[in-house]
Amino acid sequence: MHKYEKIWLTFGTSALVIFLVILGISAVHQGHSPAASGIETINPEHVRDDARFKEPGLYESDTDEYDYELYFVASAFQYEPREVEIPKGSRVRIHVTTPDVIHGFEIAQTNVNMMVEPGLISKYTANFNKEGEFLIICNEYCGVGHTDMTSLIKVTGGEE
Amino acid sequence: MSVQNYTGNMIFDKNTIIDPKDGRLVLANMIWVIVALLIGGTAGLLQTLVRSGQFELPFGIGYYQLLTLHGVILALVLTFFFIMGFQTAAVSRVCGPLNKTERRLGWIGFWFMTVGTLMAAAMIATNQASVLYTFYAPLQAHGLFYVGLTLVVIGTWLTATSQIIRYQRWRSENKGQKSPLLAFMVAVNNVMWYVCTLGVASMTLFQFIPWSFGWIETINVKLTRTLFWYFGHALVYFWLLPAYMVWYVSIPKIVGIKGFSDKLARLSFVLFLFFSIPVGIHHQLVEPGIDAFWKGLQVILTFMVIVPSLITAFSLFATFETYGRKQGATGLLDWFKKLPWKDARFVLPFVGMLFFIPGGLGGIINASGQMNQLVHNTIWIVGHFHITVGAPVILTYFGAMMFLLPHITGKRISSSMNTMGLWLAYTWALGMGIMSMAMHIVGLKGAPRRSTFSEYGGHELAQEWISYQMMQAVGGVFLFIAIIIAVTLFVQLIMGPPSAEVEEFPVAKFLDEDVKNVGWIENWRLLVIITVFLVLIAYTMPISQIFTENIAGSKGYKFW
Repeated sequence: MHKYEKIWLTFGTSALVIFLVILGISAVHQGHSPAASGIETINPEHVRDDARFKEPGLYESDTDEYDYELYFVASAFQYEPREVEIPKGSRVRIHVTTPDVIHGFEIAQTNVNMMVEPGLISKYTANFNKEGEFLIICNEYCGVGHTDMTSLIKVTGGEE
Repeated sequence: MSVQNYTGNMIFDKNTIIDPKDGRLVLANMIWVIVALLIGGTAGLLQTLVRSGQFELPFGIGYYQLLTLHGVILALVLTFFFIMGFQTAAVSRVCGPLNKTERRLGWIGFWFMTVGTLMAAAMIATNQASVLYTFYAPLQAHGLFYVGLTLVVIGTWLTATSQIIRYQRWRSENKGQKSPLLAFMVAVNNVMWYVCTLGVASMTLFQFIPWSFGWIETINVKLTRTLFWYFGHALVYFWLLPAYMVWYVSIPKIVGIKGFSDKLARLSFVLFLFFSIPVGIHHQLVEPGIDAFWKGLQVILTFMVIVPSLITAFSLFATFETYGRKQGATGLLDWFKKLPWKDARFVLPFVGMLFFIPGGLGGIINASGQMNQLVHNTIWIVGHFHITVGAPVILTYFGAMMFLLPHITGKRISSSMNTMGLWLAYTWALGMGIMSMAMHIVGLKGAPRRSTFSEYGGHELAQEWISYQMMQAVGGVFLFIAIIIAVTLFVQLIMGPPSAEVEEFPVAKFLDEDVKNVGWIENWRLLVIITVFLVLIAYTMPISQIFTENIAGSKGYKFW
């Protein structure tokens, strides 16, 4: 192997290793594991019979870890709730599922972005620290009304 | 002449011409490439126009119908026909003519692909398959759409097998000799293809086809998605490796020097074989039903597949620098100016390589779990694959067609055709540069992929997206001009006046041409075992969990 090639490959490969270490630390130590990981099932034909998704919306959490639990149902072609208000500074666990086809759940320009698939519940925890109106869109093709699917999160006021 | 000894000078002689009978098979495949380019490119142009908000589709054509057409015809049809044609030409060029059986197998494969393509196209045209080229369940297309796609894949198996048989025949006729590098590369790409298409073939045969014809009521969405991506990422390497073949084997000959290292070229291809497949879950990083650990493991494996691309980048730029210095370049970067900027066979792939620098960096971003979450399914991703498959890969295909089309039809590249080739490269670069830049930026601002024009209820963020979508349309127009140039050029290359001296299919010698292979590099049993072993490590648990967790099946939906 040529000397320069050794230098190049050592440099390149060590850069990749460093990237991976950063990803690993971020995932394990800071809890940034990918959205929606893990397996929690639900029968897609009976989503609305499930206590959690009967009246989707924001609920106070029973646990100490989160302030609120936020339930969404994504279906062709809408999100329920259509709009939700969240007090600024809340730590919220988001749960999304679908009774029909695959949808996306993206709060635009945030890192809340995950797939929603029939038979499974997608979960992700987010801190809402910035005031404003956040647009939720479907970013996986789901049919002719795909771009009609929107919802709005309004982050308002302080906690007190 | 019973056994043609195709070693040594035959391989590297610029006067060695592919057998005309093999040439006809290659040409048949290439004609599909040209047709697909024209149809798919037109669809692409219309999509960018629709998304700018200034244009509506006539004749009741749906945006997603058009998008399905664009994806299927460019990502699957164009690439598959090119790869089958080019690889057949490659083995015939370096191993010698196919025999009757091999050639017949190649033709049977071609006809399978043709019939399959027409079936799928008919379903798309009649709006019975607007499910996009990834055809995620439970959106349900007409059964014939899935049958068509399956036939296309089976066709590639047959043609690929004819190439492998030719390569094996060379090896048994030339025992103890190092196989021609180009043929070895073809064999690697095809073996990788067999292993990865098992996923997509089993899912269409056992899930999509029976489900769409109503023989089974529900489909396992998670299983089909996972099998799709088991195939889907290796697919991108299946597109890329033929481009790498041209970069490694043809480009040095075009610029007139020896290749850098045969040994490293083989090593990088073997690494692609190992690491192309057990990485598909990096397309599924933000979806439910897969544990974080398995996502993490496949992210690590994804990073492994970057190494052979690093080897390739080094090897190529070493070649270019060597060439530039031979032309009298001094100083650190002077050699760059000395490159053969007037030769379209060089410029087309080289412009592609330059696109691959941001393309590769973007790929590393996408594969990194946390950053992926920001860009997943935004139009950033579309920008990414247009500067990978849509620039380095396709421009290299164009560069190869520059010499291959006249080579198989007994012509030469005229100087006006060469000029058109240069215009093609620069127009394409301009259009793709504008379009993909806009896509990357607006993707970071959250704009989704796979979406028609929408104002999203007038939200101000969505308003901001629209100006970038205008830019995409500007890029799309330039790309369409480039496609017109390409199609005109290819037709001329095929139809031009015959020439006594036929255009060369360039095959380079390497600096280490006479050095023996590392023993294990062509030990196929070992290579296949390692490949399968890595697949088992990466996929056994995620797939068995899909069954043990008992996820409910889905019936079909037609939401278009």
